[in-house]
Amino acid sequence: MTEAPTDTLSGRVAAAEAARSPWRDVWDQFRHHRGAMFGVWVLGLILLVVLAGPWIWHLDPTKSDILARNKPASWAHPLGSDHLGRDLLARMMAGGRISLAVGVTAMVLSILLGTLIGALSGYFRKIDTLLMRITDLFLALPLLPLLLLMMTLFRDPLAKTFGPEGGIFILIVGGIALTSWMHTARIVRGEVLVVKEREFVLAARSIGTPPHRIITRHILPNVLSPVMVSATLGIASAIITESALSFLGLGFPPDFPTWGRLLFDAMERIQLYPWQVILPGIAISLTVLSVNYIGNGLRDALDPRIRGR
Amino acid sequence: MPDGAAARPLVEVRNLRMYFPITAGVFRRKIGDVKAVDNVTFTIMEGETLGLVGESGCGKSTCGRAILRLYEPTSGSVLIGGQDIVALKPRALRDLRPRMQMVFQDPQASLNPRMTVASIIAEPLLEHTSMTAAQRQTRVHELMDQVGLNRAFADRYPHAFSGGQRQRIGIARALALNPRFIVCDEPIAALDVSIQAQVVNLLEELQDSLGLTYLFISHDLSMVRHIADRVAVMYLGQIAELSPREPLFARPLHPYTQALLSAVPEHDPDLEANRRRIILKGDVPSPANPPLGCNFCTRCPRVMEICRRIEPVLTEVEPGRHVACHLYPQPDSGRANGAPTRGQ
Repeated sequence: MTEAPTDTLSGRVAAAEAARSPWRDVWDQFRHHRGAMFGVWVLGLILLVVLAGPWIWHLDPTKSDILARNKPASWAHPLGSDHLGRDLLARMMAGGRISLAVGVTAMVLSILLGTLIGALSGYFRKIDTLLMRITDLFLALPLLPLLLLMMTLFRDPLAKTFGPEGGIFILIVGGIALTSWMHTARIVRGEVLVVKEREFVLAARSIGTPPHRIITRHILPNVLSPVMVSATLGIASAIITESALSFLGLGFPPDFPTWGRLLFDAMERIQLYPWQVILPGIAISLTVLSVNYIGNGLRDALDPRIRGR
Repeated sequence: MPDGAAARPLVEVRNLRMYFPITAGVFRRKIGDVKAVDNVTFTIMEGETLGLVGESGCGKSTCGRAILRLYEPTSGSVLIGGQDIVALKPRALRDLRPRMQMVFQDPQASLNPRMTVASIIAEPLLEHTSMTAAQRQTRVHELMDQVGLNRAFADRYPHAFSGGQRQRIGIARALALNPRFIVCDEPIAALDVSIQAQVVNLLEELQDSLGLTYLFISHDLSMVRHIADRVAVMYLGQIAELSPREPLFARPLHPYTQALLSAVPEHDPDLEANRRRIILKGDVPSPANPPLGCNFCTRCPRVMEICRRIEPVLTEVEPGRHVACHLYPQPDSGRANGAPTRGQ
């Protein structure tokens, strides 16, 4: 056979290959993606500040100091203080925890739901119409009133079971996920419709692979890229939606800082004290941007055809 | 290759029909059928290679896929090893899958780009056996040796291979469960000529060593002549002629086969100079609206009045040679219509 290299070469290749696991390849490719590495560093930094910061910076984010209102940056308040004299650095760190937790959890839930519905709808023709009409229904619903309704209906029972903060977290995350999966579902459905006509899916059927394993083994890995993009954008919109809810007074309690809440609290004084708006804005943008780049890098690294270029 | 005398039939296809509905309008009302495979009947003996030839769009691939029930046939039966797979429940069908496998036309498209070669070849083992990971790996290496792939490349992805190597991966996957029957759906059409020969020789070697039975679908007549024991010629969803290889190529009976074979170039320049091509006029009719009577009547150079009215039946006119044409005696009438079997 002319295609095979000589024995010595193949021996060397084999020795080199044996040391490499597939995840090692993924990491190698990921490391060489500059944007992704930038994203990892920035997100890592944000996480570090947000998680470890409160151990170093002991000021209580909810303690107000009426004499130090709307102060610019100083040694006492490195990022200044807000209209009630609360320390902005402490509030940013506390708010970051909540915002990131809400963003990531809501995104994961929404992607799971969207992918599930999209994959089922694309693969099984019988339930396609039903699922897609449900998706249309959700897309047509005015989301904010729906969320408000959910908040008023379920806030108290959930708060009773999981405590006030846990309850509201579950409610917000669940509410955002339930109202944001539709675009993912549509994208996934479209991709599944394309991939399922490829011959390797037919080959899997001729082997006798059952449908659920065809979906998980053959179809989902091949629709990964649009899902990744959708996921990274999902974090951003989840953070924004949470802040909109907080703004309407239906998110976390008012003294509970989140990035979105900080943004909206400061909005009315944007002309006098612009940094109070800019800081949480930068934090949200940086998070979204770095997650986006990580998603891009991950998508490229997970695609064996691009890997190694 | 074994002589057909003692062989038992392994695959029996009877009156297979595969219609695809045509829908129109808002309510997707059915307004007709594309008759991709229309009443096809043939038998494949154990250890035999049946070549299935015809021009593009005549239903060859659909026929191959319907036989493995990758499509749900509209009607008819397919007996493989005596069991009618058209009537089976999905669960029972799955248990029978190891017996019948398929090699696909486009080796690029038929391998999942996200899976390594080892996991592609191991997939049938994973689905149908309870082997441990180590046993599977041993078997995968065995299969890779069998089809002439280097074991060291087991952890690579399909895009890193050439077309011929990819087709070998596809063949290894088809062989994994020791099938008895393999449908080769134009396995060489996407390869260049030097690789075609390698792959066909590989298929022949495997047939000899493993006793495989092939349905070899192709539009390449010279390749079919090389590999097939018997040849079925399809036209517009129906079998026009079904004959052992040598007599078919030496003396085709059906006018369509004659036209088809006249298009094959001769190796010998003297013969090539004298080759007389039969040029068919017109286009293949739409399979959604085939002509009344014989499907070939719109283009047949020897068309008769009866051809436009009555559909000819595939009839054995000489030992082992079946042809669906009114030029030869049809069973119901019992008389020859027009010219009897003259030497062509």
